[in-house]
Amino acid sequence: MDKKRELVVIGGGPAGMAAALSAYEKGIRDILILERDGELGGILNQCIHNGFGLHTFKEELTGPEYAARYIEMVEERQIPALLKTMVTDIRPGSPCVVTAMNKDMGMFRLRTDAVVLAMGCRERSRGAMNIPGFRPAGIYSAGTAQRYVNIEGRMPGKEIVILGSGDIGLIMARRMTLQGAKVKLVAEIMPYSGGLRRNIVQCLDDYGIPLKLNHTVTKIHGRNRVEGVTVSAVDENLNPIPGSEEYISCDTILLSCGLIPENELTRDAGAKMDEVTQGPVVNDRLETTARGIFACGNVLHVHDLVDHVSKEAEQAGAFAADYIKGQAGGWGEARRPKIPEKTRCVLPADRDASSQLICIGCPVGCLITAKKNEDGSLSITGNTCKKGETYARNEMTAPVRAVTSIIKLEGGKGKVVPVKTAGEIPKGRINDCMKEIRRTAAKAPVKAGDVLIANVAGTGIDVVATGNVWEGDSR
Amino acid sequence: MYDVIIIGAGVSGCAIARELSRYRLKTLVLEKESDVCEGTSKANSGIVHAGYDAEPGTLKARLNVEGSRKMEALSKELDFPYRKNGSLVLCFNDKETGKLEELKKRGETNGVEGLRILDRQELLSLEPSVGEQAVSALYVPTGAIVCPFGLTIALAENAAVNGVEFRFDRQVTDMKRCENEYLVKAGGEVFKTKLVVNAAGVCADEIHNMVSALSMKITPRKGEYLLYDKRAGSMADHTLFQLPTALGKGILVTPTVHGNLLTGPTAVDIEEKDGVDTTKEGMDTVLAKAAFSVPGIPKSQVITSFAGLRAHITKMPKGEAAEDFLIGEAEDAPGFIDVAGMESPGLSCAPATGEYVAEMIIEMLKPEKKQDFTGTRKGIPNMALSSDEEKHELIRGNPAYGNVICRCEMVTEGEILDAIRRPLGAVTTDGIKRRTRAGMGRCQSGFCNPKVVEILASELGVDEAEIRKAGTGSQYLMEGHGDGQFFAELCQEEGEAHG
Repeated sequence: MDKKRELVVIGGGPAGMAAALSAYEKGIRDILILERDGELGGILNQCIHNGFGLHTFKEELTGPEYAARYIEMVEERQIPALLKTMVTDIRPGSPCVVTAMNKDMGMFRLRTDAVVLAMGCRERSRGAMNIPGFRPAGIYSAGTAQRYVNIEGRMPGKEIVILGSGDIGLIMARRMTLQGAKVKLVAEIMPYSGGLRRNIVQCLDDYGIPLKLNHTVTKIHGRNRVEGVTVSAVDENLNPIPGSEEYISCDTILLSCGLIPENELTRDAGAKMDEVTQGPVVNDRLETTARGIFACGNVLHVHDLVDHVSKEAEQAGAFAADYIKGQAGGWGEARRPKIPEKTRCVLPADRDASSQLICIGCPVGCLITAKKNEDGSLSITGNTCKKGETYARNEMTAPVRAVTSIIKLEGGKGKVVPVKTAGEIPKGRINDCMKEIRRTAAKAPVKAGDVLIANVAGTGIDVVATGNVWEGDSR
Repeated sequence: MYDVIIIGAGVSGCAIARELSRYRLKTLVLEKESDVCEGTSKANSGIVHAGYDAEPGTLKARLNVEGSRKMEALSKELDFPYRKNGSLVLCFNDKETGKLEELKKRGETNGVEGLRILDRQELLSLEPSVGEQAVSALYVPTGAIVCPFGLTIALAENAAVNGVEFRFDRQVTDMKRCENEYLVKAGGEVFKTKLVVNAAGVCADEIHNMVSALSMKITPRKGEYLLYDKRAGSMADHTLFQLPTALGKGILVTPTVHGNLLTGPTAVDIEEKDGVDTTKEGMDTVLAKAAFSVPGIPKSQVITSFAGLRAHITKMPKGEAAEDFLIGEAEDAPGFIDVAGMESPGLSCAPATGEYVAEMIIEMLKPEKKQDFTGTRKGIPNMALSSDEEKHELIRGNPAYGNVICRCEMVTEGEILDAIRRPLGAVTTDGIKRRTRAGMGRCQSGFCNPKVVEILASELGVDEAEIRKAGTGSQYLMEGHGDGQFFAELCQEEGEAHG
């Protein structure tokens, strides 16, 4: 057992990094981040789409770009991180004792004044949903499929049915389509989507992918590989309605049916749990009932936006710093962190899509009405910011979209670099753009911002890297 | 020319193979799937029944009591998880206490030791979580739980180490007897043998009917289960059976040797020999009935459901009532030995079945005993169950034990490599799962699947696109192998962007 530390942060994703940074700002210098993966950034690294950072950085970033900004800050401050390191036990107290393991150090214990939990969450599995049927290959959680496509450069399927319309499911519907798969249906058991409105527009509507609300998968067919699903309508109690069954052939099922905070360590540490959030009970200083242990990010409760995770984690880091400096008072009262109203997205049923638009500029997803006046000018109402007006104007005249994807790296097996179009391209050219992206191979090293395809598909827009790959980089 | 061909690498086949490997015999096991333990042996309750249930005088009764007695020692010899947690048969109606007495008597006749009737008070002190309606129980201290994969794999590995050959992906499609030997056609090859052991599980009738005019029929009896998170594992310490009532055969609630909670099985006769799909009705039945034994098992903690098929004989070769295992030489096919109808308690019987069938074969072939038989086996190190000090030593010896691949079950790269490199090593992700538990936890392989696929591909020297979950056609990835093809191939298929 080595010397006592001031702060150990468990998890090097967006929450962990933001917590470590804010504790650093508060004067704490003896910080250690423990990360189970081979790099910092957490699940952001596989979220190659954009839409992150509007609050935190006032600009739209892809997941790897958002992560990179934090990684850079962590590196600048020389906050150490142990990668490929698994925490197996946390004992609360003064000091707390964290037990962890990795290849180089074996099992080791760390004494520390405080711990910030930032382990994130996991996806609900098929088994947890009690979907009847066979258990063939081809059933993936949306996040697993996302990893296969965006990190491994592999296609987990070609004909796809998605159950659940959470954001990851919607994002993956578009992602699989861009990569050449056919997404036949997104089925959602609830009368509303679990994802953001803008994702329904830009991930489903843009590609003509049907979304069936009040529907669920009631049987999985196929003994070795998925061969199809039975989809049924459900009544108001969410029970399948007999007679409504429809068979849809497919080779793959993606599940996007909710996230569960990953709190096994928290429970074992003896922290009291909150049955609603499935995270630990905390006070208004984000401290759990286990002495010296703080929590933030998706381990505390599942957040819709990473920007909110970063903000909460900053607070947790600062509170932990106060605690370490002996400036915190008693434990106080239990407070459930303010959880934003769960997204309950229904597009207006009678919406005339030719004039009523859902803005995709930010997560709010304003309903904008755009009418062509007789003189040919447009009158635009319903937007709450300038971006909405631009969006509506474009949408009515020449719709544009940014495209994110991956480009294969030469010489490395299954390795890829995430990319984006440096600006928006005409919506009608997405397919040509993707064709070119799929044909292109890049050579390591690649730095974020490197132009990998100039003037993609003659649009005048470049395709640039959004992540770094070093020579001889191995995951 | 083989001395013995065993058809089927389930628990019975593997137990027989292991017993035969003590002798100078040329033995071959033919299995239609890609691994051992792919049929009924992989999907059952994982219970070592004490033996009170079977009709006295039957093979079921004899082999069960013997198997139950042998299992603990075997678990030490071959290093597989086993725990004598004791069973309780719950009675929910005062009027039916007499049935518990009957059961107790039957058990005593069969030779089961330590049986005792408990009143509710005694029951509660042993198992505080039982439901209010449980009025009394039969306590069976010798009841136990076992890892069915661990048992089957251990038997197979030990047999293989002692010289038994295993061939996978070899479905027996035809068989003929000519001049005191059998020609067995499997996977396009023909194998010659003096004796055949038919341990083909639910397909044993098809194998039997290839050589015997006295036909038999097996009707698969499906049993569905729900498996719960380890957080629910402490809701029962004993295996809780329900006294069969007019409402039908009860279902059980039991901890597993790995600390999960298991409930099931249903019992529904079906036609398809591979009908291992779960049903809504089945799940609902299990949920409802389990609640009698232990109320309040949280449905939200189900991590998976599965179904297994009991090999239930509905027509015996000579038309007699089918109440027992069918073990023995077929009347009109000398040298062809059926080990059929191995429904419950087939798993519990396995150690005894192995010896029983081996003795028949020894009698027939009179082989010499081997001097160099290795009777023990060491399993894969289990990081999750090791102490911190043991873990540290393991990682110091091989850093791969420090790289956690499956976070839910704490399975490391080292254990996965072991599972692949051992005798009869894993070639599928299901094979890895059953040997190491990687992917068996609460996220059901969401996080570790890509990593396990990568390790398997690298170890087997194939592209990741060739890695299967289990049988033929169960690949995870859907593109041809080789660099570049992924993108080029998909370019041909248009993902039309509308608008």
